[in-house]
Amino acid sequence: MKHYMRLLLSLAAVAVFMWILSLFGFNTKVIIEATLLAMTPLALAAIGESLNEKAGTVNIGLEGIFLISALTGVYVAEITGNGVIGLLGGALVGAFIGFVFGILSVYGRGDQIIAGMGINIFALGFVPYSLMALWGTPGIRIPPREVLVPPIDTPLISISGVTILTIFIAIAAHYILHRTKIGLWIKAAGEMPEALDVAGVRVDLIRVSASTVGGMLAGLGGAFMPLAWFGGIVKEISAGRGFIALACLVSAGLEPILALGFAFVFGFAESIAFTVAVTPGYKEAVPYHLILMIPYITTLVIVAIFIGKRRFPRALATPYSRE
Amino acid sequence: MSSSLVYQRLAETVTALLIGLFLGAVLMTIYGYDSLLAYSSLFVGAFGSVFDLAETLAFAMPIMLTALTFAIGIKAGLFNIGAEGQLYLGAIGAIIVGGLLALPPGVHMAATILTAMLFGALWSIVPALLKIFRGVHEVISTIMFNWIAYYFVMYLALYQLAEPGRSEKTISVLETARFEVIMPGTSLTGAIFVSVAFTLIIFAYISITKSGFELRILGAGVDAARYAGIDIKRVTLSAFLIGGLAAGLAGGLQIIGKPPTYALYGTLGNIFGLGFDGIGVALIGRNHPLGIIFASIFYGGLQHGGRYMEYQAGVASELVRAVNGLIIISLAVPEIVSMLKRLLRR
Repeated sequence: MKHYMRLLLSLAAVAVFMWILSLFGFNTKVIIEATLLAMTPLALAAIGESLNEKAGTVNIGLEGIFLISALTGVYVAEITGNGVIGLLGGALVGAFIGFVFGILSVYGRGDQIIAGMGINIFALGFVPYSLMALWGTPGIRIPPREVLVPPIDTPLISISGVTILTIFIAIAAHYILHRTKIGLWIKAAGEMPEALDVAGVRVDLIRVSASTVGGMLAGLGGAFMPLAWFGGIVKEISAGRGFIALACLVSAGLEPILALGFAFVFGFAESIAFTVAVTPGYKEAVPYHLILMIPYITTLVIVAIFIGKRRFPRALATPYSRE
Repeated sequence: MSSSLVYQRLAETVTALLIGLFLGAVLMTIYGYDSLLAYSSLFVGAFGSVFDLAETLAFAMPIMLTALTFAIGIKAGLFNIGAEGQLYLGAIGAIIVGGLLALPPGVHMAATILTAMLFGALWSIVPALLKIFRGVHEVISTIMFNWIAYYFVMYLALYQLAEPGRSEKTISVLETARFEVIMPGTSLTGAIFVSVAFTLIIFAYISITKSGFELRILGAGVDAARYAGIDIKRVTLSAFLIGGLAAGLAGGLQIIGKPPTYALYGTLGNIFGLGFDGIGVALIGRNHPLGIIFASIFYGGLQHGGRYMEYQAGVASELVRAVNGLIIISLAVPEIVSMLKRLLRR
C-alpha cells in the first residue's frame, strides 16, 4: 500500500505543478495531451516487463525493442498502407524478440543483463543500417501522413486509441496477476520455481510466455512512437525511454497499475520539456537542449526518492533447472 | 586461471564472434547485399595493409578505454554502462582546456588529458552515490546520465564553444595540445601509447594492489566482501571513479589524438557510440585488460574496415554495431552451442 501512497503523492505534485504552469500561461489541455502520449510507450513497456520480472526474468533490452519495433512499425505501415497494421507489426516483432530472449534466458541459461544490453547495442546498429538499406536515408524516415494513426477527438481532449488500450491493459495485467491462477503461476515462477515445478506446472513455459508478452507490449509501445506520436522515425527515436520504463517499474515495485501511474508522472516531465520548447516567449528564453534534460533528471530524482526498500522476486534473473 | 579454462573461454569467444558475423551475413542477405563481398572488403579494409592496420589501431584507441570502464565495473560486480556520457564530458573538457587555454607545449597536453579524465570521473560520481546511498541500480542512473550528458555537451558544443563561422563543430584544440601523427597518411597518433599505457596501469592496479584485490572480492559477491571486512561504499565509489577516468580519457584522446579536425562535432558524431562499443569490446576481451587490448584492435578493425565495406559493397557501416550486439548476446549465453545441438537432436 505504501507504493500507492507514494504514487498518489506524485500525482498530487503533478497536479500542483500543472496548476502553477497554467498560471504562467501554459495550456493545460496541451500538457495533458502531451503527457498521455509520452506515458503510453513507457507504460506499455513497463507493464510488459512487470509480468516478465514477476515470472523471474529481467529484460533490460526494452530500449532496443522500442527502436527495432519503431522501425518495423513504420515499414509495415508503409507497405500495407495502414498504420494500425504497422502497430501490430511492431507488437509482433517485439513479441519475437521477447520470445528469443526468453528462450536464451530459460534454456540457454544466459546472463540476462548482458543479453539485454546486447539487444540494445544490436538495435543501435541495426536501425540506422536498416534505414539506409530500406530507404537510403541516413538516420531518418518520415512516412506519408495517411499511414499514421491519428488520435481520437473527444469533447475534452484528443487521445490516442492506443493510450486507451494501454489503460485497459494495465487493469487487465493487474487482474491477471492478482486474481487468476495464471497470475499465481507467474508469481510462483519468480518466487519459488521449485514449488511450481512440484505442482506440475512448467516453469520454462511460464517464463518464455511472460517474456514474449512483455516483448509484445514493448513492441507496441515502440511502434506507437513513430506512428501515433512523432509521425516519423529517427535513429535515436527512443532516447532512453526503454530505461525510463525500467525506472517506472522499479518505482512501482513491479505493480502494473502503479507502473501506469508512474509512466504518467514521467510522461508529464517529458511533456513539460515539449511544451516549453514550443511555447512562444519561453522557447527563446531557455536553451532547447537544456530543456530536453528535464525528463532524465526527473526520472533519476523520482527513482532515488521512491526506490526505498523494494523487494524483488526471489528467483529474479536466475535460470531455473531441476536438480 | 588454469589453461583448460583459458581454452574454454577462448573457444566460447571465437564461437560468439563467428555467430555474430554469421548473423550479420544473414542481415545483409535479407536486404539483398552480397555478404561475401562485404566481409572480404571489410577484412581487407581493416588489416590489408600497414596503413590500414595503423588506421585500425586509431579506431582501437578510444574503445580500449571505454571497454575498461565497463570491465572495472564488472570486476567490482557493477553493470556500469555510463562510459558513453563520461566520454562526452571528457571530450568537452578537452575542448575547453585544449582550445581556450594557452600553455607551453607538454604542459598543455598534460593539462588537457587530466581535465578530460577529471570530467569523466566527475560525471560518474552521482550514479555512484545514488547506488551507494539509495540503492538506485546503475543501469538506470548511468543511462540517464548518458542522456543528460548528450544534451548538455551538445548545448556546449553548439552554443558556447562553436567555431565562429562554422557552427557545425567546436573550436579546435591548439597545436600545443595535439598528438602528432605517427604514420603520415593515417590518423594514428601517439594517443595510442597513452591508451595502452593506461590499460596496463589498470591491469597492474587490478592484479597487484590491495584496493584492486578488494575490488575483485566485491565482484565475487557483496556478502563475501562484507565478510572480508571491506568498505563496500569506498570500493564501489572507486570502481565508478576509475571507470570515469578511463572514459573521460577516451573522450579527451578522441579530440586531441585524432586528426584532422581536433574538434568536436555539434552532432557529437565523432564520439557518439564509442562508450557502448566499449561494452562489446570488454566482453570479447573477457573483461581482462590484456584481452581488451586485442579485442579493441579486432573491433577497431571492424569499424575501419566497415567504411571500406560501405564503399565497396554499399552496406552501411552501422552493420558493424549490430554485429557487435549479436556477439554480446552470444557471449551472454555461453551454452548457445550445446543448446543448438540439443535443439537439432530433437
